[in-house]
Amino acid sequence: MTATSATAPTDHSHRFHTIVTTVENKPGVLARVAGLFARRGFNIESLAVAPTADERFSRITFTVDVASSSLEQVVKQLDKLINVVEISELSPTESVERELMLVTVDVAAGRRHELLELVDDFRAYVLDANQSQMMLSLAARPGRLDEFEEHLRDFGIVQLQRTGRVALPSLDS
Amino acid sequence: MDMNGGQALVKALECEGVEVVFGLPGGAILPVYDPIIESTIRHILVRHEQGAGHMAEGYAHATGRPGVAMITSGPGATNGVTPLCDAYMDSIPLVCITGQVPYAAIGTDAFQECDTTGITLSVTKHNFLVTEAQDIPRIIHEAFHIATTGRPGPVLVDIPKDIVDPRNPRSAMTWYEPTDDIMELPGYRPATTGDPEMIRAAAEMICAAERPVLYAGGGILKARAAAELLALAELIDVPVVTTLMARGCFPDSHELCLGMPGMHGNYTAVTAMQSSDLLIALGARFDDRVTGRLDGFAPDAKVIHVDIDAAELGKVRNPDVAIRGDCKLVIAELVEALKACGGLEAQPDRRAWRSQISGWQERHPLVYEQSEPGELLKPQYVLEVLRDSTPDDTIVTSGVGQHQMWASQYWRFDHPYTWINSGGLGTMGFSVPAAIGAKVGMPDRMVWAVDGDGCFQMTAQELVTASMERIPIKVALFNNAYLGMVRQWQEMFYEERYSEVYLSYEIPDYVKWAEAMGCVALRVEAPEEVAPAINKANEIDDRPVVLEFRSAAEENVYPMVPAGQSNSDIVVDPSQR
Repeated sequence: MTATSATAPTDHSHRFHTIVTTVENKPGVLARVAGLFARRGFNIESLAVAPTADERFSRITFTVDVASSSLEQVVKQLDKLINVVEISELSPTESVERELMLVTVDVAAGRRHELLELVDDFRAYVLDANQSQMMLSLAARPGRLDEFEEHLRDFGIVQLQRTGRVALPSLDS
Repeated sequence: MDMNGGQALVKALECEGVEVVFGLPGGAILPVYDPIIESTIRHILVRHEQGAGHMAEGYAHATGRPGVAMITSGPGATNGVTPLCDAYMDSIPLVCITGQVPYAAIGTDAFQECDTTGITLSVTKHNFLVTEAQDIPRIIHEAFHIATTGRPGPVLVDIPKDIVDPRNPRSAMTWYEPTDDIMELPGYRPATTGDPEMIRAAAEMICAAERPVLYAGGGILKARAAAELLALAELIDVPVVTTLMARGCFPDSHELCLGMPGMHGNYTAVTAMQSSDLLIALGARFDDRVTGRLDGFAPDAKVIHVDIDAAELGKVRNPDVAIRGDCKLVIAELVEALKACGGLEAQPDRRAWRSQISGWQERHPLVYEQSEPGELLKPQYVLEVLRDSTPDDTIVTSGVGQHQMWASQYWRFDHPYTWINSGGLGTMGFSVPAAIGAKVGMPDRMVWAVDGDGCFQMTAQELVTASMERIPIKVALFNNAYLGMVRQWQEMFYEERYSEVYLSYEIPDYVKWAEAMGCVALRVEAPEEVAPAINKANEIDDRPVVLEFRSAAEENVYPMVPAGQSNSDIVVDPSQR
């Protein structure tokens, strides 16, 4: 999986829309999609791409900032790409979104317990640890990741990587 | 049948009905040039790869069949980028075959390697990098399918040398028939028929409009819908404007034709759109050169927008009724829907609108002042004589600039596919190679390239191609010693501070240059010499002819909507102010 992360947006519900595209799993398809965004002046907030259960196709999940571009134009222009097979827009209320964060934080000996409680609260995991640092992972709603990140600042974030969100429609939508 | 990739490529082109390829060989494409010798396909050897691309465009414009260019890797491919972008902007069906370094060498900065598919990504409808010889027939068929269906456009196929070189085992393949069944394009579903409900809504809107205008764009020609447009206009008795890309799709001599709208459009075409209460946009894309300042464009008009490309609907102006579909089919359905509504009887009384329009036509016809004895020629006069001295179905190509606008204004286009120019990209140098391509596709038609001196110097070398291949095009070269359109802008908007726009009347000597390229050439300097020179040119049919018209440098194109201003601020000829 390749992914890029952005600085944590605070309000996802209106400005940022999630577009899920099924594309042919061929070399250069990601470049076509990314090139289209650049050429048409659209802003990608986050992007995640990986093969689907059917290896002929990949799924690319974008978050686009619709304050800077027309969502309709983004979708129509994407649809013109020959390798794009299907496009759907997922509204936050009718989909399930998840994002993964890996983060290394400083933790003084006296605060380890406090950090582990936070890990428990958020249902995060400890992936690695040494005398002075811990590496944690959390897969959750993007907003939940923002909150977790906020708490961790207090400890001191050494390195942080988010994947960009992936999404599927809710079962009853 | 076992064959190699090079043979398969040529055979695949033959299967697509290709009769001519415009190209220039080089290292990476060399193996494909060997089976070309035995092929039925005519190859036209150009002098620069840009010329091959524009010839293929001219061919496609004139015939409606896809143009094919074949060029080598690296600099060959980069020289082809301009025509690809031109074809992309103007929706010209084009298939461009480029050689590439052997597959294993890709990414190593090999000799004459460039990332052709990467470079052309944003200027093609689609492109392919073929990795296996076995895929060649399928991909060539897919390329032609994509280029010619839906909104047409250029498709590039990049072919590594090893899969076409018989000395390389990677070139071995087994031939199969390239049919629609073998295409693998799960994401490509071009639209055809429009939504019947929207078509009914459009018909109702038309029946309620008091000041409607049919805004015909290049999509009418691409859809081969000129007959349908004529039927629609006559059924509802509504005037038509034809954009720069649509000239000829509706006869200029028809009483409903208002001519070209836009920055240098006819006053009546521009003003009718501005005053309209309903724009019926058919295969048009609300280009900035048509709309002027957008928030001042046709402020009272509702919009019906028909386009095969969904992304055009609402891209610039939000339509009240949007119909995605092929213009030919949608217009035919619209005609039926209007007949069902009662046809002409159901249309409101539009006599006031018609008399307003004829008032504009009377007050603001196109005008110029004929030159005084001893002065240089007026290009408008020359174009009128040329128009009146050539057959009705003459194909006219043009470069970009003042001469292009005058040609579009002063010609009388009464047939579709008689006007070929570079609209969207505005590619100087388009005229001569496009004329060659058009003449190859339509050998029985007279083809005149209208050109400026700035444009001519960009691609004139293709006259060598024309001479060598016996393609007898004719060039009307307007030499006003300037980059005329830029000069006009500097005069009007930069306080006559002329910066880097002067060329020269004398250097180069166009007559000697044209003669050196195998053409017959004449210099024309006085009005009375114009008709005899054109008549002489028209009689020559075994080689290209260049007529150099020494033209007045200070002549400006009017009317003009200054860039960034509203169409309501149209500037008319000084004599009409």
